[in-house]
This record gives sequence, structure tokens and C-alpha cells, in this order.
Amino acid sequence: MTNVLSLGRGNRRRPATTAVRRSARPARPPWQEPPTPVGQAAKGVTLGGAVALVLVPLWIIVVTSFSTAGAVNRAGGLVIWPDGLTTEAYREMLGSPTVLTALLVSLGITAVGTVVSMVVSILCGYGLSRPRSLGHRFILLLLVVTMFVGGGLIPTFLVVTGLGGYDQWWALILPSAVSVFNILVLRAFYSETSGELIDAARMDGAGDWRILWSVVLPTSRAVTAVVALFYGVGYWNSFFNVMLYLPTDSQKWPLQYVLLTYVNRGNGLPGSVNAGFGSTHAQTAPLSLQMAVVVLTLVPLVIVYPFVQKHLRTGVLTGAIKG
Amino acid sequence: MSTARSGRRAAPARLNWRIRLRRDRSLLLMTVPAVVLLLVFNYAPLFGLMTAFQDYDPLVGVWHSDWVGLDQFRQLFGDPLFWESMKNTLYLSFVQLILFFPVPIALALLLNSVLSERTRNVIQSVLYLPHFFSWVLAITVFQQMLGGAGVLNQLLRTHGAGTWDVMTDPHTFALLVTSQAVWKEAGWGIIVFLAALSAINNELYEAAAADGAGRLRRMWHVTLPGLRGVIVLLLVLRLGNALSVGFEQFLIQRVAVGHDASDVLDTFSFYYGIATGNYSYGAAAGLFKSVVSLLLIWGANRLAHAFGEDGLYRR
Repeated sequence: MTNVLSLGRGNRRRPATTAVRRSARPARPPWQEPPTPVGQAAKGVTLGGAVALVLVPLWIIVVTSFSTAGAVNRAGGLVIWPDGLTTEAYREMLGSPTVLTALLVSLGITAVGTVVSMVVSILCGYGLSRPRSLGHRFILLLLVVTMFVGGGLIPTFLVVTGLGGYDQWWALILPSAVSVFNILVLRAFYSETSGELIDAARMDGAGDWRILWSVVLPTSRAVTAVVALFYGVGYWNSFFNVMLYLPTDSQKWPLQYVLLTYVNRGNGLPGSVNAGFGSTHAQTAPLSLQMAVVVLTLVPLVIVYPFVQKHLRTGVLTGAIKG
Repeated sequence: MSTARSGRRAAPARLNWRIRLRRDRSLLLMTVPAVVLLLVFNYAPLFGLMTAFQDYDPLVGVWHSDWVGLDQFRQLFGDPLFWESMKNTLYLSFVQLILFFPVPIALALLLNSVLSERTRNVIQSVLYLPHFFSWVLAITVFQQMLGGAGVLNQLLRTHGAGTWDVMTDPHTFALLVTSQAVWKEAGWGIIVFLAALSAINNELYEAAAADGAGRLRRMWHVTLPGLRGVIVLLLVLRLGNALSVGFEQFLIQRVAVGHDASDVLDTFSFYYGIATGNYSYGAAAGLFKSVVSLLLIWGANRLAHAFGEDGLYRR
């Protein structure tokens, strides 16, 4: 078994994609004309503009969330340049039971949902990845069909509520727990795991469960991370399922739904000093508070993204090409 | 048992199925959770589609509701609101196809021509980011930038110009939602085209350059043919999804902009099916949409084959 494990580790250091990426185009090839100044400038402006379109709005939102009520008043709304900073909005937000509950709900659903989805998908992906195994073609067909044919919104709603899912957390998790696309991504990756490695493990007496755990999973960490990100983001961002299954009990709302109700629709946060408009106790501008909620929904992504970002290409392309 | 196991690769496929079942039972067991979830939440609703031919009553359930044949469809096709949302769906889908589709290709070409790898990676990371935002967040960002109290109108006011609340203007709704889609998804769309670009053999460029082809000719004769397969595949998918344009996106903005401009087939079946409790009516609209979508996928694929491309599946 140790033999197999060390082989597994050796294999992990062979991520073909990074090697290719590193060596790709060291410099301008000799046959290519040198760039014209005008062309260079146009390219810079376009790409710089695209990056700015993403970053500038986020900058404005972050600055506003950290601004004092005075700064917001002087700016007449959103603050573009920092002009008096404070963390008051965040303190007030975390003192609001609505936001705190929603944050816990979102974290809980995302954590539980991602674990459920990953376990189900990894098992299914590996179960379908061995060549010539019994029935894998039929099961694969069963999966792929759902990508094109579905009952649609209302029949699904009737099934979930028929099973007693109305007002239940699981209605936010189980109906969307399986993404066939993600299973295909995992399967494509597992199919590439060297057959010799697996046969060697089999010789050592390892069963399929053992092989999955000790050989296949350690050699496919990149794709595991990417798929987990896809699932996690899906759960963290979902709001329509809340609208369908938990619309009435605001105690059970996740953060995105709070964002929609209190920020997007401008209803103010209940339980905070700014509840409703026209509050005289305006240490924090209501706008800063709203922007703080926006920033809060971004925090998990900002934490996770840097770790997964470099693997994104690998994950997406295996799915796109092999799936 | 170990002979049967290690024989999986070498032995011909004609093994007794009992032996194969014994050998592969763990593999089969592993697929059970996913299959069960799909059966319950994807296949069972297919049978739920029969509500479209009923006058579904939640109190008695699917089994005891009255059958009404095609009545729901007759009512649907006579409903001006349905045709309104059909018109919106096709219009918004068309605008998005024309204005959205070229953006990732152009960005990928530009990005691909940036020589410094570090710069390319930074730009890519930033442009992928909005793909991971929720629609609630993306629309909130747009509201803060372009809405009545947003940055745009702050600037307009300080310069004494009139105000323009982009977020509630039904006339420019198509442009608004398309720019939202571009902001959120165009960066992510680059990824596939970049991969296709890196798969193009550099010797082709070299040979073309040796033959005296300039930048534009190389792009026309080498780059674009290299992207053709991906472009056709994505067009087929886009066409197949033509009727499912931006459901969550429109649902969120329906309040602000009104249903005249924002109701599409999906929001129609939500509002007139679930929100009003007229489940059968909404299911009929959903079934109509699914059938037309399948026809569109099939048709688009035929078209791809006619152009000598693989499309979604091979001939």
C-alpha cells in the first residue's frame, strides 16, 4: 500500500496544465511583427477598461460601506474617494439580528450543501469512471438526459412540496444537490488517472472505496477544489429556491434574500437603528449599512477565490471538452 | 476474486453479468445516491408534467385532479399576456445573442495577444470574478451605479443635467439586461475561447507569416477557423436555450421595471402558475417551453451538421 501511496504522490506533481501554461509563449515569436503603438494603446485601453468596469463599482461599494455619515452626505450618495472612514456600519450590521441570523443560515446551507453535493458527485463520478464496468453506460445516459429534458419549474415545485419540503431547509439543498455537469467534470478527470496506478493498488488488495480514497482523490485535488467552488458558490448565491420554498419565515432567510429584500428593494434593516427611513439617530448612513451587507456577501468568495482561481481553467475545460 | 478484478482491463467484455455485478458492485453502489436524487428531483417532475393536462387541485393532488385535456393550452394560446412574454423572450434573447456573443471572443483575442503571462493572469482573474456573484449582488451593483440614487445620477445632478433612472426605464430594459449579462458572464466566457486559441498550432501562423500574411489575414485564415468549432457549439447551445433567457435576473427586476418589459416565459409560468396558485396553467406554459426548446436544440444541431461541424452530438 505504501508503494501505491508514494506513486500517487509522484503522480500529483505532474499537473500537465501548469507545465504547459508556464512554457507557453516565452516571448514574441520571430515571425510576428512588432506591435504598433496605436495597436498597443487600443489593447491597453480596452483590457484596462474591462478590468476597471469590474473593479471600480466594487471599490465604490467598499468605500461607501466604510464611510462616515458626513462623507455620505457630502458625496450626495455613494462615496468614490475616501473622505472620513469608520467601521460603524459593520458594527451596526453585526448587531442586527436579521443579518446575523441570515449569515449563519447562509454559512450552514453552503457548508452542508457543499459536503452533500461533493460526496454524492465524487462517488458517482468515480463509480462511472472505470472502463467496461457493469451498467455505466446506462447510468451515464440517465444522467445526461436530465441536462436536456426536465419537468420544469412547477412540476419540480409540486414534487418538493409534495415531499413536505415547504418551509424546510432541505428544500434549498437536495433538489439542486446534483449537478450532472460537475459529475461529468469529475468523471473525466478520474478516467485520466493512470490505469497502472489503479491496477497496482488492486494487486495490493485495495477495493474500489480504498482506491478512490487513497489513489484517485489525492491525485485530483485541483478538480476537487474547482467543483467544490462551483457547488459552494451555487448554494451561497441561491435566492430563487428561497423565494419558492421559504418565502414567509424571515428567520430562515439566507443572506442573498436579505440582500434582495432590504438592500435591493430598499426596505431598510429591521432591528437596526436605521430601521425604516427618517431615523434621527443617524450615526451611520443607511446607505453605508446597505453597502456593508453587500460586502458581507462577497467576503467568503474573496477568501476562497485566490486559492481556487489558478485551477479554474483545468476544471472548466475538462468538463467542456470531455463532457 | 482478485483474478476477476485485475481481469477488468484485459478480459474481453463478454463476461457473465453475475461475475461483473460481483466485481463492480462497489462502483454501482457509489452511483446510487446521485441516481436516487435525480430520479426524485428530475425524473419524478417529468411525470408531474401531466398536471398540464389537468385542472390541478393541491387539496386532492395529482392522482385525483380532473383531467381537462388541452384546455390549459387553449386558454394559454388565447392569453395576450402569454404572447407578450413570448415576444419579450424572443426579443431579449435575440438582443443578447447579437450584443453578448461577440464580446468574449473579442476579449479572448485581445488577451491572447498580451505577451506578459503575469499581466494575462491578473486580467483573467479579475474578469472571471463576477461570474461567481449572485444575480442579486450583480443587480445591486448596477442599481448603485445606474439607479435613481446611483453614481451616474449623482454625476448628472452635480453637472446640472437631468436625471435618468436606467434601472426603471422599460424602453432601455433590453440594453440594461444585456450589459448586466456582459458584465457578469462575458469574462467567464473567455475561458473556452482561450483554450481553443492555445490549441491552434503555432506553425500555422509561422507558415502564414512566411507567405506574407499580415495580422488581419492571419486572424482571418488561421485564428477564426481555429475557433469555428467552439463558436458553432456555443451557438447551438445558445439557440437551444433561447427560451430560457435570464430567469433570476428578470425576476429580481420585475418590480422595478414592470412586467410589460420584463416578463419572459419562465417568469410567466412562475407568476401565473405558482404565485397565483394556478399550477396547471403554469405547468402548461412550462411544457410548451420545454418542447419548443428541444426542437430548437435539434434544429440548431441539424444546422451545425449542415455546416460540417459536430455541434452538440455527432451525426
